[in-house]
Parts: sequence; structure tokens; C-alpha cells
Amino acid sequence: MSAPDEARAIVLARIRSALGVATLDRARRSAVARRLERHPRGTIPAQAVQSPAGCIARLSEMLTKQGAEVARVATPEDAVHAIASYLSSNNLPPRLRMGSDLRLAALPWREAWDIGRVFGRAEPTDKACLSRALVAAAETGTLFLASGAENPTTLNFLPEIHMVLIRASDIVGSYEEAWGRLRGVYGERSLPRSVNLISGPSRTADIEQTIVRGAHGPRRLFVLILP
Amino acid sequence: MKDATDSFKRSVAEALADTELQRALQNVKSGFIVKSAAAKAKLPEFGTLRAEARAIKDHTLTHLDLYLEAYERKVVESGGQVHFAETAADARDIVLKLCREHGAKLVVKGKSMVSEEIGLNAHLQAAGIEAVETDLGEYIVQLRGETPSHIIAPVIHLNKETIAADFRRAHRGRPTSRRLNDPQDLVAEARAVLREKFLAADVGITGANLLLAETRSSVIVTSEGPGPLTSTLPRTHIVIASIAKIVPTLEDACTILRLLARSATGQEITTYTTFATGPRRGDDPDGPTAYHVVLVDNGRSEMLGGVFQDMLRCIRCGACLNHCPVYGAIGGHAYGSVYPGPMGAVLTPALQGIDHARDLPNASSFCGRCEEVCPMSIPLPSMMRAWRERDFAQGKRSRIGRLAFKVWAFAAKRPRLYHPLAGMSVPLLARLAGGRGHFNRLPFAKAWTGTRDLPAPEGKTFQQLYAKARRRHRQ
Repeated sequence: MSAPDEARAIVLARIRSALGVATLDRARRSAVARRLERHPRGTIPAQAVQSPAGCIARLSEMLTKQGAEVARVATPEDAVHAIASYLSSNNLPPRLRMGSDLRLAALPWREAWDIGRVFGRAEPTDKACLSRALVAAAETGTLFLASGAENPTTLNFLPEIHMVLIRASDIVGSYEEAWGRLRGVYGERSLPRSVNLISGPSRTADIEQTIVRGAHGPRRLFVLILP
Repeated sequence: MKDATDSFKRSVAEALADTELQRALQNVKSGFIVKSAAAKAKLPEFGTLRAEARAIKDHTLTHLDLYLEAYERKVVESGGQVHFAETAADARDIVLKLCREHGAKLVVKGKSMVSEEIGLNAHLQAAGIEAVETDLGEYIVQLRGETPSHIIAPVIHLNKETIAADFRRAHRGRPTSRRLNDPQDLVAEARAVLREKFLAADVGITGANLLLAETRSSVIVTSEGPGPLTSTLPRTHIVIASIAKIVPTLEDACTILRLLARSATGQEITTYTTFATGPRRGDDPDGPTAYHVVLVDNGRSEMLGGVFQDMLRCIRCGACLNHCPVYGAIGGHAYGSVYPGPMGAVLTPALQGIDHARDLPNASSFCGRCEEVCPMSIPLPSMMRAWRERDFAQGKRSRIGRLAFKVWAFAAKRPRLYHPLAGMSVPLLARLAGGRGHFNRLPFAKAWTGTRDLPAPEGKTFQQLYAKARRRHRQ
């Protein structure tokens, strides 16, 4: 094994010699810099271009098709009721893990006084977690969850039941628009440690091509859409 | 990576005789092919996206040195480290060294074909580090001491009874009377076993479907979720990926992701697509504290600028395997390489040398389906042909074969010799076949007539028929 810098130099030199290019080719360098700076869009499928109402409808439809359960609630009170009844109808203890997301904290939790909320990263014993999606792309029913103290990544994957709240105004048509929102929050060329695109509950078809839910991640994904 | 040498013909014979495998291979046809066609039909822009994706990769490959540098700069800026590996052996050693530095006893792995390519697990095990595959299919393959038989469906060759027996053997300390009849039971048990591994692991190793120069993210698509758990729970995250995985921007990733799942499993999108971007930040309550990327060359840089460059566009969707009549007949293991099917027939000789894989580019009916369904429009048949030519030029084929081709070429280049010769031998062969229209057995063609009849010529050559038709036309 050669020294780290040497290996790097050798690989890059091999690439340049195979391509027949010089290290300091200005035109090539500016082509790369320009592309990274401007990040031009490719073709966006027509199905990803919808009215706001169309986006909500497609997001629900795609998520449902991919095995998630979707509830459109009218008010924050209804959201809390929906969460409480989802827990009780699935025979789960009234206990919910969540991060420090302000919009989740602002929900009228007094409506369900018996739900015990615990905060921070998920623990292996947590049955149900609640996160907020920063944005969602309707085209394939895809929720974008950003890591951080507000919505720790472990909430997305450790529990058996994952609940995700998304505001209607955060539902866009295409992936490109969704990334545009993230660039608005985190800046150009910068993302949080982890962005998880989630389009349904965990599943596997590895054994005899039979689909089984809850392979490693949540068995159930419950999505609440709030106006 | 195992040598894909002359054992190929024997493996093929075994595969064809394996009734269980043959039954399993039917699933490929009824499952992936039908679903993929349906998913593509629902996206009218598929063809346009395909052309754009090809252009994205072509641009990236012709600027690969610069995108690698840009990517590396971003990783280092955020407190991660990038390690270049020239060869498979270097890559193994780098990962082992990192595992030792981080005091690893237990490593969990997300699905990674390049780690299979470099034989990482065996290397870590030999050094006393337990490396556990966490993708369900890869986990089962690892329990059995096999390699995956399909790049996206590793255990497509196994049935649930076989897997249940493996679990009973490997998962000690569980009640022997437990139910393991259905895929549901098997998945639940694997989930419980692997969850413990995830929580106890010191290091998580994932592959990458894409690396983004713009944001330094590694992108993983998965339905089960082993990737995100691997990159979130252990203290150290190591990404291992080939240098050809780089694409410039998030927008470029969008275009490619629209093709990937539809071409692979026929889903419109895979359940989880994870963009992992470096170690834990200031207020992150979870995620790794150390982040490393190992960039593997292992023969790829030499594919640039030549006839095999296009192969580096491959996004490992497996569509060429699913649609290949040869793969459909023999499955993945017979190829003797971790990359089976048409993409493997082109890539394996590039990684191992044609000397070690000369049968693979010949394992093709040249029907062209692979190129047709390839989301990156990789000209797989013409590249297989290029390998055949190189192999022939090396002069390693049998002497009789070469002599026969020489004689034929001598005649074929001289029409005045060729036409009378053909004119004489065609009716002769027709007569030898004795009106049956085919041969059951023919000397020098045993490999052919052993499994099927050889059609006999019908009496006249094309040239003779053509000349006759022309005469009639003039009259």
C-alpha cells in the first residue's frame, strides 16, 4: 500500500493520462466550476408539475400506494387527535418520541393529555416516533427529513411506527423543487448531516420476491398532512 | 474477488441441472421485467431522462479528475477524510487500518458491491474483526458463505425453506420449535438479530449509489433501511465507493434516481434514499462522529478514454441481468464473478484481466436486450465483442480453432474461391443430413449437438439463389 498522498496522486495522474488531459486545463476547470455553481436542471416529468391541490393529492396517492397511511387533518387539534387514536387503535402505549422541532412542540398537546412525550434521539425501546418533514415531493410520494436536534435521524428508522407531519405548504411537485427548499434553509453546496427521502414503510422482497413490511426500519408509516 | 476462469462451463452445466435455481429464475422474469416495464410506461419522459443521464455521466467521466478533487475538498472541509485506493488490496488494507484505528470489534455493513469486489469481509474476519452484512439478502448470502447471485437481489437463487434451515443453524439460542415457515417469520427473525448488531457495532460501512461533488453527499437507495441505520448508529461511518460513482450536483442525482428504481425493481422510487453528508454536526443528537470515504480505482482509471469507458456509466440497476437470456438460464453464480450478467461480462475482464474471465464475454446470445433496457445506454454487446477481439488477438484460443478461422478467412476474402467451395459443400451437408433437415451429432461440433440439433443447409447457397432470382427477373 502506497502512502495516502501518493495513492491519490497516482489515481488522479492515471485518470488524466487515460483521458489525455493536462492538469491545468482552464476550460475544463471552469466547466466543472460552472456546473457546480449553477446546478442546471434536467427534464422534470410532467407528473411532477401540479397545482398545490394536485401536489397534495398526488403525494397522498403515491404514499398510500407505497404502503403508508395518510391522514389529511383540518386543524392542529385534529392532528393531535389523529396521533392519539392511531396509537390507541394499534394497541400502543400512549408514549411518543420526538425531537425539538418547534412546529411539533406548538401542536395543542393538551388535547391528548395522556400522551407522554419524550424528547431526543430514539432509543431501541421506542415504539412510536413523530418527526416533521421539511418538504415533500409529490411526484413519487417522497418525504424529505433533515437530521438535527429538531428531528433526529434515529426517529426515522428505529421505531416500529413512524409518524411524520408535513404542512400542505411544504408539499412541492418535483425533487428539484424540494432540493431548492433545502438550499434555501441550509445554503448553497451545503446539506445537513443526513437527508432521508422516505416514500413508505420499510420493506423487503429479498425472499422469494415476496414483499414483507418492516425489514429494518418502521413497519408502518403514518403521514399527517396539515394545512 | 474470485477468479472467473475456466470453471465457467462446468458451473453452467450445474446451473442448468439445478431445478431449484431454475424455478427461482422464473421469478426474475415474472417479477422485475413486468414491473419495470409498467413503471417505465407510467413515465413518458423516460427516454429523455435516459439521454440526459447518459450525458451527465459522460460529462462527469471526461472531467473525473476535477470532480474527484472538488468532492474531496468538500469532504475534508467538513471534517471527513478521503482515502484513494489504487487496487483492491489497497482498499482492503485502508478499511482495515481505519477499523483498527477506531478500535472496531464489530462492523456492520450496508449493501456494497465494491466491497464484494475487493473481498472486504474475509479480510476483516482474518484480522479478527466481525463484519456483518445487514441487507437481508447479503446477510443470508454471508451466512451461507456464498456471493450474491444478483446485484440487487442477492438471494434470488434460494427458497424460503433453505433460508429457514440456514437461520436455524446460525441463530443459536432461539427455541428450536419456533415458526420459520413464511418470509414474514424469516424477516422478523433477521430484523431482531441484526438490530442487536446495529446497536453494538463500532463502525458502519456503506457503499454508495452516487457521490455528489456539489454537497459531498453519498447517496444510498434501499427498501429495507440497512444503509441509513449503518450510517447513523455506529460511531464511525466509512463509505466505500468506486471512483466512477461521482456525479456533479443534486439535480444530476434527481435525473439518475428517476431511472434507477424503475429500471431495477420497477418501483417508482425506492423506499429510502439517504443523502449522508459527513460526520455529526454541533447540535446533532445522533450520527457518527468520524467519517471516512475510500475511493476505489481497481482498474477503472484505465477504462477511461477507451472503448470500455462507457461501462463506467453503469448505475448497477441490474436491468441487463434481468433481461438477459443467458443470465435467465444460468443465474448469477455460474459467472464466477461478483458482477454477473452482461454488465459483469464487460466489467469483470476489465477488473481482473481478460486472461481470468475469457468465457464471460462469450456468454452472450448478442440479442441486444441488455443495451436496449440499460438506463445509461451502455453498448454492452459491442463491448463484449471488443473483449472477444482482444482475447483472440492475445492468441490464447485453441490451435485448431485458430487454424479453422484462418482457413475460413483465407477463403472468405477470395469470392472466386469461396463461392464454388460453398456451392459444393452446402448440398453435400444437406445430403449428409439425409432429409431430416438437421444433425443430431456432428464431429467437431459436439458442444453444440450435445444439447441441441444443428440445422442442416437446405441445398443452395444464398449466392446461388440470388443469381437464379436475378436471372428470372431479367427474363
